[in-house]
Amino acid sequence: MISRIPVTSARSLPEAYALLEKPPPGLRVLAGGTDLMVQLQARVGLERIGHVLDIWGLRELRFVDRAEGLLRLGALATYGDLRDSPLVRERLPALAELSREVGARAIQSRGTLGGNVCNASPAGDTLPLLIAAGASFVVGGPRGERRIAADQFFVAYRRTALAPDELFLRAELPELAPHERLVYRKVGTRRAQSISRTLLALRGGALGGRLAGVRVAAGGVAPVPLRCRLAEAALEGRPVDALAVAAARAALEGEIRPISDLRGSADYRREVTGNLLARLLPELAG
Amino acid sequence: MVIPAPPGKMGPVPLPAPELLVGQSPPRLDGLDKLLGRARYLDDLTFEGQLWGRTVRSTVAHARIVLIDFDPSYDWSGVTRVTARDIPGENVVQLIDDDQPCLAWDVIRHFDEPVALLACADREKLEEALRHVRVEVEPLPAVLDPAASTQVFKHYRYEREAGRLAEAFARAHRVVEGSYRVRHQEQLYLEPNAVCAVPRADGGILLHGSMQCPFYVQRALKRLLALDDERVAVVQTVTGGGFGGKEEYPSMIACHAALLARAAGRPVKIVYGRGEDLASTTKRHPGVVSHRTAVAADGTLLGGEIDVLFDGGAYSTLSPVVLSRGAIHAPGAYRWPACRVDARAVATNTPPNGAFRGFGAPQTLFAVELHMDRIARELGLDPLDLRRRNALRPGDRTATGQELRESVSALEVLEAVAERSGWASGRAQPKGDGPKRRGLGLSLVLHGAGFTGSGEVKLKARAGVELTPTGCRVLAASTEIGQGTITIFAQLVADALGLPLGAIEVAAPDTSRVPDSGPTVASRTCMVVGGTLEGAARALHRRLAAYAAEVYGGDAERIACVGGTFREGARAIATFEEVARRQLADRGPLVIVEQYSHPPGIEWDDDEFRGDAYPVYAWAATAVEVEVDLDSYETRVLRVVTAQDVGKAIHPLLCVGQIEGGTVQALGYALMEEVVHRDGRVANDRLQSYLIPTALDAPPIETILVENRYPHGPRGAKGVGELPMDGPAPAVAAAVLDATGALVPELPITPDRLRAALKLGAAPTASLGETPLGAAE
Repeated sequence: MISRIPVTSARSLPEAYALLEKPPPGLRVLAGGTDLMVQLQARVGLERIGHVLDIWGLRELRFVDRAEGLLRLGALATYGDLRDSPLVRERLPALAELSREVGARAIQSRGTLGGNVCNASPAGDTLPLLIAAGASFVVGGPRGERRIAADQFFVAYRRTALAPDELFLRAELPELAPHERLVYRKVGTRRAQSISRTLLALRGGALGGRLAGVRVAAGGVAPVPLRCRLAEAALEGRPVDALAVAAARAALEGEIRPISDLRGSADYRREVTGNLLARLLPELAG
Repeated sequence: MVIPAPPGKMGPVPLPAPELLVGQSPPRLDGLDKLLGRARYLDDLTFEGQLWGRTVRSTVAHARIVLIDFDPSYDWSGVTRVTARDIPGENVVQLIDDDQPCLAWDVIRHFDEPVALLACADREKLEEALRHVRVEVEPLPAVLDPAASTQVFKHYRYEREAGRLAEAFARAHRVVEGSYRVRHQEQLYLEPNAVCAVPRADGGILLHGSMQCPFYVQRALKRLLALDDERVAVVQTVTGGGFGGKEEYPSMIACHAALLARAAGRPVKIVYGRGEDLASTTKRHPGVVSHRTAVAADGTLLGGEIDVLFDGGAYSTLSPVVLSRGAIHAPGAYRWPACRVDARAVATNTPPNGAFRGFGAPQTLFAVELHMDRIARELGLDPLDLRRRNALRPGDRTATGQELRESVSALEVLEAVAERSGWASGRAQPKGDGPKRRGLGLSLVLHGAGFTGSGEVKLKARAGVELTPTGCRVLAASTEIGQGTITIFAQLVADALGLPLGAIEVAAPDTSRVPDSGPTVASRTCMVVGGTLEGAARALHRRLAAYAAEVYGGDAERIACVGGTFREGARAIATFEEVARRQLADRGPLVIVEQYSHPPGIEWDDDEFRGDAYPVYAWAATAVEVEVDLDSYETRVLRVVTAQDVGKAIHPLLCVGQIEGGTVQALGYALMEEVVHRDGRVANDRLQSYLIPTALDAPPIETILVENRYPHGPRGAKGVGELPMDGPAPAVAAAVLDATGALVPELPITPDRLRAALKLGAAPTASLGETPLGAAE
């Protein structure tokens, strides 16, 4: 029964780490609760939840700041924080914009970046953007801290590189060079409160008329939020012309692995993701 | 925005008072309580000693029940258990064919069918107990495709000048064929189904609940429990929306709560979660409608054959009447010199489909309207001109042979929308050559007001008023479900009595206290019950005027209450309150109940399916502008312009609210709402995956109220509740066709379906197969 699941509400990181010294079986971390509470209500995988570590109160994880050319986003920064943060709006306007599109206002007030990352849904809205931006994730636990590149974090369907005794602490995003842009487009199921059918994010720019430092990531079209290295390779060093777009599109459509579900068919997702690439590329060069 | 209505034709309705309230938009009577959170919905009420009830449901679409096993090793103390064997009366949810059991006993006919019931004071223990009931079954083959069903719930076939059909097809310039498919839609009232049954000392039951039709529930309870009228009372609690979804289903959940309450001897409350409500309650009937039409070169309709197939689900419930309305509306708002309609509702092993705003008409009107656009395209005609040419006019006969005499507004609403939408220039505009294309489409529909055919004659609805010391109390079984019932009732009655709105109270629908006004369905509340109440209020006024003449002197015929004071000409006689108090003291309580009577000359033949299917029709034209994104195949509605003839808007703001709300619900039907079944089970039983439009998806809606009064309706009113559900979906499909050249013959027009239609290049026909779907995330 739900009321019999033990809950530890940590008031500080050391307190949370104390529990993680010997993680109880079936441990789930509760941040904003926008995924976990829904799963509990629907009784999805209830039997696999043995203990809940509530970290919502860890104020030290709720921040947005800037250090050494990095934009640092705390695990408990909510979508509302990202949406409203002057720093995010100035440095990575795409992230502020995307946060505005996640769920409803109430979800934005409660849902956190860390929760979104650790829930590891292939359709998690911020995930492709973090991958395209070249983010790295700092995770920590009783054994210390380590850094994992965002594109290495999502290892399989809803599985992450986090060890059972680790917490996601923050994301660090390199800032954009003057010639670079970070752009995305989400195709959801309606105009608000929607889950992605597909989401494509691109980072990069043009130097001397040729694309440089291109990173491509897609959501909702593979078991994990996917860095699309073949598409990147087809674009790097090329001018944005029809030939490059066609080559990149073919590469992208080959490397994504969409499925058919309630939100759309695999064929639809494959084609539309390609369309988004063709539509977004000129924005990188522009 | 409301455009001032063009001057309507005044019906010969004599009014005892100047138009004080009708036509104005006073604050709704239930508004403040709902705004301030004071309104108490069923789940807000606590009953002493109350238990919670829960339903054990089937997990298979079709099977023989071998055993219902309550785990012998589980501690059942504190848990009340009920199966079909505990039913004292008949195991049936009374409706039309009475084929649906309250609890499945021998055979399971759909997924999530109720099999057993549990009640417990502790909700968590209840959830746990639920997992200790095992229903052992022998699976049977399930029929999930209506086209493969051999069980027909109802079959109607009707014709107009059928002898001339062959000739029409022989001399046609063109024969146009098309097949159109619609899917399940969920009503999605905000408040899920909820009831509480309280056992009474006399062995009876007092049932509180969220519902549209208290007397349906009462009749179902009496039959199930083998109780008489006196021992079953049903009270409607504040109800958070219905849309037809609380027409028949509350009888089921009420029966469940009552069985548990009697078994436990304590009140039992059942409140569905959203998932249970989505998975197991009624939906709009899905169906396939096929047209074969003979047309002349100028677009004149010469003859048509229309086939309608509705999927009724596992039990017939309301399918016969949903089908009859669907069949009658299938020819649309047009003149058919010759026509044949063949309509069937069949059984499948899916949860029963039932009442939903529009009641069969949105399905068949979608088909005929999109078919008109197909005809226009094949003939190279303007869809507006095609509709103008064929629209029903006063004096025309419908396909059931009904002569349209009064309040016939097809052309008027069509022209109003053509003008306000900028039809000619909008259609001439380039569609765009980038990824975004614009298109404009329109539809013309009619909607029969009140019950179909002889329904009202059989029902004999009654409603009345009771004199109070300061005004009167309305006694009716019609329910306020958010649409404004009590406010418009108060307006009509206040005007008839010459009283301010505050002098009128409306009694809560309680079957032990109010007369049976029939169900709150079929756009009949205002026209039928409102009209009956107005008559009762007039009778009360005559009684009081006669009494005032007797007591104070004067000519009763010339005495009228105006602004709360009885007057004879300019002479004030006494205030209403003085007369009322004196009358009550003198002669005791005064209650006047009247019975609805159909207007003269309205006749319907059930056997032949001929005649006056409805006393009158409401009319609507709707223009929709869309933008289609060819990168993502998403369709966005940019604006809606709609003109709707409701006869008379009793409360214009509520009326426009009905139209705007219905329009957005219909846009959801057009573009995103679809209940998906997998192996007979609802796959999207949550709001994350069953999508309805958000505020951002709702476009600006310009509503033009047209008031062509209906002489036999209260102050000229017809119906409005369902009308706005009919037109938007085909108008969206027509706009998508205009924007992209692709005719998508199936609702909802999802990006996948639009993409498929565009890839096909030509207009595809709807297939009957299941939509291929993989595993959901």
